[in-house]
Amino acid sequence: MDAILQIDGLRVEYGGPRPKVAVAGLNLSVRAGEVFGFLGPNGAGKTTTMNVLLGFVNATGGSARLFGVDVRQPIARQRIGYLPELTYYYKFLTAEELLYFYARIFKIPRSERQSRIDAVLKLVELDHARNRQIKTYSKGMQQRVGLAQALINNPDLLILDEPTSGLDPIGRMKVREIILRLKHEGKTVFFSSHELGEVETVCDRVAILHNGELKAEGRVDDLTREHQASLEQVFLKIIGYQPAPAA
Amino acid sequence: MNNIFAIGSITIKELYRRKDFYVLFVLSALITLMAGSAHFFHDDKIVRYLKELCLLLIWIAALVIAITTAARQLPAEREQRTIFPLLAKPVSRAQVLLGKFLGCWLAVGLALVMFYAFLGVVSASREHAWPLEYYIQALWLQWMMLAVVIALALLGSIVFAAPSSNGTICLVTVVGILLLGGHLHEVALERPEPMQSFLSTLYFLIPHLEWFDVRDLVVHESGLVAWWAVGAASVYAMVYAGFLLFAAWVLFRRKALN
Repeated sequence: MDAILQIDGLRVEYGGPRPKVAVAGLNLSVRAGEVFGFLGPNGAGKTTTMNVLLGFVNATGGSARLFGVDVRQPIARQRIGYLPELTYYYKFLTAEELLYFYARIFKIPRSERQSRIDAVLKLVELDHARNRQIKTYSKGMQQRVGLAQALINNPDLLILDEPTSGLDPIGRMKVREIILRLKHEGKTVFFSSHELGEVETVCDRVAILHNGELKAEGRVDDLTREHQASLEQVFLKIIGYQPAPAA
Repeated sequence: MNNIFAIGSITIKELYRRKDFYVLFVLSALITLMAGSAHFFHDDKIVRYLKELCLLLIWIAALVIAITTAARQLPAEREQRTIFPLLAKPVSRAQVLLGKFLGCWLAVGLALVMFYAFLGVVSASREHAWPLEYYIQALWLQWMMLAVVIALALLGSIVFAAPSSNGTICLVTVVGILLLGGHLHEVALERPEPMQSFLSTLYFLIPHLEWFDVRDLVVHESGLVAWWAVGAASVYAMVYAGFLLFAAWVLFRRKALN
């Protein structure tokens, strides 16, 4: 299968007299149709890598491509959907207005916009609240608006930054169902998460990042079989976690 | 252009869903109506004073709306982190900047139309005349001037972190240019070197916003500005706004967002 997300020797340093290396020579490729889990403890470089993929941060070295196009070109983002960790939307807009705005940005033909908006609002179960301003939504509803905007262009690749962070169990379940549904539709999903049980359930492959370096990459089944442990235990072992001795 | 217009439409929506504009409009209307209801000195030509007051309020209100709206656009996008889902779409930073400029400029233009319509109604109720050409010319020139002001505020919003400090600096700069810009060259000639060269250079560098102020012509109806001069002034404003937006883009494209 073709790699639709390709990272080669990616290096990101943050400025200052003594630059901090956030990502050190990362190589990664995600193939079409797979659900890829991007794991690592806080500060491992996951968000920085996603920021490079989305064009928010310029890489110090190496390259990153989406669908074969350099991520620094805005057109590289035409076929992707992005859900940030926390909901950041224009709260004075209604869900429908927000989706209309993004549909316009993606140049979805006027004749298709309304049906597309209806479809994604139905998918995330926000049809009933479409004309309410986003500032009146609960956190779970705002997260679902986030998913709706990430899906408005019917993307081939979804980049989700901790999509279930801060959600209640029902909210998490709904997001997981949506990811699985997208997987069955043949979409590619690249997501970071600290919920390893969830990752184990939905991911085909994972990569584990620590201190900006890639420590492991492979199929979830292969990693758990190789280490004879659950994904959580594999993760802790790879990042070198030592449990505190019992008092 | 599609992205620029889409971003601009959000800016306009934000303005009319906030209360700032309505507060300024109602305040200006109240002051004008109160002044208009009084009969100062039993002067039949009180309508001139009324127009002068109303135009002054329009200038102040438009400057406040333009600067506060433009100054908060990019900082609010960064602070509320709405810039991230936006830039994750096929949108360039230049388009974000131009969209914000266009949105602010059109929104202020709509506000000006409302203000001038109010001025027209108030003055017509007293002098029973509609000097429409004067109003259109004054409105157009003021709108062109505001393009420069908005571009300046957008540039300032990338340089200064806080919208309040940017707003204050922009307001002081614009009012300074309006009040002193035209006299700078005369002042320069009276100064010894190197101050003379410095002030002369400054005179030729700054955008002469005072050229767009035709309030006296509207109040006294003392003749329209030649339309070719209005066109030249519009080009002049667009060149300055373009230069300021280019400078803003140079800074914004390298700006770290978080």
